[in-house]
Amino acid sequence: MDLSCTPEEEEFRARLREWLTKVLPTLPAAPPPDDWPGRRAYDLGWQRMLYDAGYADVHWGASPTTRLIFLEETERAGAPYVGANFVGLLHAGPTIAAEGTVGQQARWLPPILRGEEVWCQGFSEPGAGSDLAALRTRAHRDGDDYVVSGSKLWTSHAEVADWCELLVRTDPDAPRHQGITWLAMPMDADGITVRPLRTLAGSAEFAEVFLDEVRVPAVNRVGEENDGWRVTMVTLSFERGTAFVGEVVACRRTLTELTRTARENGRWDDPVLRRRVGRLDAEFRALWRLIQWNVSEAETTGGVPGARGSVFKLRYAHARQELYDTAAEVLGPDCLDLDRPWVLDRLSALSYTIAAGTSQIQRNIVAERILGLPKGR
Amino acid sequence: MRFQLTDDQEALRTGVRELLDRCFGPEVLRTAVGAPGRLDRTLWRTLGDAGFFALRLPEADGGVGRGLAEAVLAFEEAGRALLPGPLVATHLAAGDVPGAATGEAVVTAVDGGVVEWLGAADVVRGDASGAVPLHSVDPLTPLHRVPGPVAFGPAGGVAVLLTAAEQLGTAARVCELAVQHARTREQFGRPIGAFQAVKHLCADLLVRVEVARVAVYAAAVTADPADIATARLLADEAAVRGARDCLQVHGGMGFTWEADVHLHLKRAWVRAHRGGGGTQSEEFLAERLVA
Ligand SMILES: Cc1cc2nc3c(=O)[nH]c(=O)nc-3n(C[C@H](O)[C@H](O)[C@H](O)COP(=O)(O)OP(=O)(O)OC[C@H]3O[C@@H](n4cnc5c(N)ncnc54)[C@H](O)[C@@H]3O)c2cc1C
Repeated sequence: MDLSCTPEEEEFRARLREWLTKVLPTLPAAPPPDDWPGRRAYDLGWQRMLYDAGYADVHWGASPTTRLIFLEETERAGAPYVGANFVGLLHAGPTIAAEGTVGQQARWLPPILRGEEVWCQGFSEPGAGSDLAALRTRAHRDGDDYVVSGSKLWTSHAEVADWCELLVRTDPDAPRHQGITWLAMPMDADGITVRPLRTLAGSAEFAEVFLDEVRVPAVNRVGEENDGWRVTMVTLSFERGTAFVGEVVACRRTLTELTRTARENGRWDDPVLRRRVGRLDAEFRALWRLIQWNVSEAETTGGVPGARGSVFKLRYAHARQELYDTAAEVLGPDCLDLDRPWVLDRLSALSYTIAAGTSQIQRNIVAERILGLPKGR
Repeated sequence: MRFQLTDDQEALRTGVRELLDRCFGPEVLRTAVGAPGRLDRTLWRTLGDAGFFALRLPEADGGVGRGLAEAVLAFEEAGRALLPGPLVATHLAAGDVPGAATGEAVVTAVDGGVVEWLGAADVVRGDASGAVPLHSVDPLTPLHRVPGPVAFGPAGGVAVLLTAAEQLGTAARVCELAVQHARTREQFGRPIGAFQAVKHLCADLLVRVEVARVAVYAAAVTADPADIATARLLADEAAVRGARDCLQVHGGMGFTWEADVHLHLKRAWVRAHRGGGGTQSEEFLAERLVA
């Protein structure tokens, strides 16, 4: 077991750190959380800066250790997070890199890396959330196109996305898991209507997407027709296995900040609070170790993270909620003021045990796929 | 960075597991529970011969010359097997108490107001004067209470880490026991593991084991005090909570003396008191954050 970095990796860290010190002060002010066009521009701008400096491919090109160093250093320096580039960089990109043809990789990957195109994820539907394989949005082949009709729900950043990783049912008669196809749908195609949905945090970060006879070129299909479920599993394993990794560093920073606040406002004298904070520190330290372990394991077995991502996702989702509940304790009555730091984060954190597969679904995955317990109803 | 067991470490783990299966299998465990308070000197010497206590002593001093990571793996196995005796104290004494390295001497230490195995020990580290026996909750760990202010063992971090490793072993074992039972016990015409309430208990058991495991292994690599505090907190949780959930999965059978579950839980409680307990680790980590 080894946790040390090679001299090259340390050199990468030093170079990155130096670069961040130089460029971060030149960044424009971040747009308000609800200004999605503003956030799109801001997030793409940041990705472009990373690209120009040679750091764009850390999420799926570089060695896993390099990626962890990147996440540590950018977060420590307070650099912007992936934001609107979340789906493109953290799951559509890796999926296309793993499952796409050479032509598809050439078409879609560079624009993601250069900060030119934003992706969204059209998996969930009104009748298919946890039970994703129940999806009904259908597509039939017409010449060189698929013609898609149906609707998608909870599609994050749909309003500002250029592409959608879309799941459609191409064979209604096949068993549930077998008639599904994974398509890349251009969001400016005719027949797409996006209706923003307001979240409990007050913002419109996700949307309902209606699809009415939308034509998607068949060359946009990743994987074979009706083999989309397998491709979906690859996407989900990235989503659960690695997409939240950078946030653990952010949580540790938040923990340090709230500790400082507690010192200033006297809450730190409360041993119950201190113990809770100490335990959270242990929690996030251990989650970071779990990431290092999983990354090393994936490196050994080759690429795609396995069901173990669910172990991480499950534990992390709850830890994050606990973190912001603790922040609320530190804030006292100010935790009721939306203008205070962490209050919006506390609200957003409520989604962590739901989005990307609920905690109940993650437990089913751990129990059935890792522990081998019988499937039940 | 390759944060995975090396082949050597895998081999060592397998070796220790096989050794413990041979010399401290289920039958021997049962016998030990039937005759509590007696430390099996033959077993102790077998452990000594196998290098369990001398694992981290340099080869030049007659030791095995391995590191903290290997010790952690060995102690994890000891935890799995519910191996009784003052293992940590004797291991830590291997360098300076004659006979400890070979298992000829049994060494115990005063730690956090209690001493384990005082009656059976040849050497006691720390001041045990005025010690009074407790009616130990763990049938396989005799305990004495030491009067006066609570003092912690001399070895500090390493003792805590090796204890965390034992807790990890317990946690992994009770997870296995729960899953085995959930797969085989049938109610309502199907294995209880098909019921989601049971399935989710098992999933949470595994999640706690996995998080504790990486925390313990990372602390073994870095020997950093904050990593050790982390390891202890996660491992205590995984062992104590895990044993309780395992008991729940076993239903009425879990509440009997015959099932091993209670032995794991009771040992986990005893270990959770070593080295100042979790409170100390929580306060330590909290203070580090403001430092
Ligand atoms: C902030 C946010 C962003 C999202 N972004 C996207 C996105 O960009 N693209 C996308 O496709 N989707 C997105 N989602 C959707 C998300 O993946 C789903 O909400 C999630 O999978 C749950 O599905 P559901 O909402 O239909 O809830 P349901 O499946 O109806 O679940 C309701 C409750 O029932 C429980 N439940 C359901 N089935 C079971 C079972 N078998 N066993 C035990 N309990 C069960 C669930 O755990 C939950 O508690 C997003 C969701 C949120 C909250």
